[in-house]
Amino acid sequence: MKDGKKWIPYLLVAPAMAGIALFVIYPMVNLVYMSFFKVNQMNPDKNKFVLFDNYTKMFRTSAFQKAMVNTGYYALFSVVIILALALLLSVWLAGRRTKFHSFVQGCAFLPHVISMVSIGLIFQQMMDPDFGIFNAILNALGLPALSWLRSSDTAVGSIVFVNVWKSVGYYTLILIAAIQSIPESIYEAAALDNAGKLKVFFKITLPMISPQIFFVLIVLSIGSFKIFDLISIMTAGGPNNASTSLVYYIYANVFQDFDVGRAAAAGVVLLGLVGVMTVLYFVGLAKKVHYQ
Amino acid sequence: MGEKTNRWWNYFGYAAKLLVVFIFVFPFLWMFSVSLQNNDEITAIPITLIPSIPQWGNYVEAFTSGPFLQYLGNSVIIIVSIIVIQMAVMIPAAYGFAKYEFKGKNFLFGLVMLAFMTPVQLTFLPIYNMMSKAGLMDTLLPQILPSMTNAFGIFLLRQYFMQIPDELIESAKLDHAGSLKIILKLMLPMSKPALTSIILFSFVGHWNDYFWPLVMTASEKVRPLTIGVSMLKNTEGASSWNLIMAGNMILVLPILIVYCFCSKYIVSSFTYSGIK
Repeated sequence: MKDGKKWIPYLLVAPAMAGIALFVIYPMVNLVYMSFFKVNQMNPDKNKFVLFDNYTKMFRTSAFQKAMVNTGYYALFSVVIILALALLLSVWLAGRRTKFHSFVQGCAFLPHVISMVSIGLIFQQMMDPDFGIFNAILNALGLPALSWLRSSDTAVGSIVFVNVWKSVGYYTLILIAAIQSIPESIYEAAALDNAGKLKVFFKITLPMISPQIFFVLIVLSIGSFKIFDLISIMTAGGPNNASTSLVYYIYANVFQDFDVGRAAAAGVVLLGLVGVMTVLYFVGLAKKVHYQ
Repeated sequence: MGEKTNRWWNYFGYAAKLLVVFIFVFPFLWMFSVSLQNNDEITAIPITLIPSIPQWGNYVEAFTSGPFLQYLGNSVIIIVSIIVIQMAVMIPAAYGFAKYEFKGKNFLFGLVMLAFMTPVQLTFLPIYNMMSKAGLMDTLLPQILPSMTNAFGIFLLRQYFMQIPDELIESAKLDHAGSLKIILKLMLPMSKPALTSIILFSFVGHWNDYFWPLVMTASEKVRPLTIGVSMLKNTEGASSWNLIMAGNMILVLPILIVYCFCSKYIVSSFTYSGIK
């Protein structure tokens, strides 16, 4: 649109850009900068340039290695399980648009709008090894009781479990919306060819919703790389650091060990992970993933 | 024969769907049950499903165990301030990006997308330093100001604005309407669905937010409800689950009530924005 005064659009976007410069761009540059310093929070004049010292030392600590391995587990299991369940549920529930169906979908979606604090606390209580309902159910089924969050063998799995429960409904609904937007005529053509249900799923449904699956994959991965809330609320990284994650490691370095330089270095690692996924996302978006 | 198996199959599907409902609703019912149990019931074996005498006093005890009124007030002030500031920043920006051509537009919009993809876990440390250097850590500002630019909101609103025909704006200009008047009288009324969705996301997101207030608050005075409830474990003892769940109910209830009344609308705006 043409306008006499050239400065008007700049004025319109200026406040938004100021916010982005101050609270996104500057902090990110500053984070990378700090990662090369031994930071003294009390007296910034005593900050010492150490180049890659923070990185090399950090990579060698077992706490960081544990955090990275765990973050990999959280991401892998969350993404695979949530995507598989969401696909299954969406194909199952997308067929009919009755009131009962939208009620079922509404219930599955509910955890998405509830705070991680609430959900973390509820599941921590239910997972209590002595007085929790989970072990009561296992007992009733004649299965051995679990220690859930209290044992280093099951803590990560327990957190993934809660994460799946909270997120699966949201992704199911995204896939349902995608499936319902596939033109009916394609299915009718398949029915004329007497195609079986499995064939229809693999040859029509799956390829048609591949852009949304790709979106879900990226968003889920980025979300898993940032996992923190549930860990902070339910286990505080324990027992014995068994359930820590990359962001929990950053948090602990800032507020417990007061090693800000190292926290910044760990932050740059997170920046790399999220950056790769973001680039993948935009490349995929540009290609408009459609297989077949 | 075929008809009969079909009917059984239908019953089975119905039961399976009820099971799905149960799986996602039960934890909330359970929270409610525990919040009403007495101290013996929460540590009884076998576990108590329904409290013998509902202990409504748990709610009073949880609410008075800390400055919960203050936490609640903080949450409300933070959310209202964020939404007002975001609107004031977002609406002109979306209008500028949608309806003007200017040098550097693509670059600046790229920065908006960058802001959209940047997690707060990357920016909190420098912002924390910035805020404490400015001496603001005893105020609510560290929880308000960094959210001033809602990048996702700009993106969504811009799409709505772009669909409004330029001719409408041109004819308004012929009537000597200024930019402000055009935005208020023309653009906003035509973008109501986007605006309500954006407000809804902001409300839910900030009401539930845990990470940001956790790292940005050092004193009781500025803490929001999420932090207050999460700290009940420390103040009441980790085994006082009845009191913790009573406090938890206070956090969940407002969202739950809103959700019961307009779940259909909430679900559709969340999934729509997920696809876009």
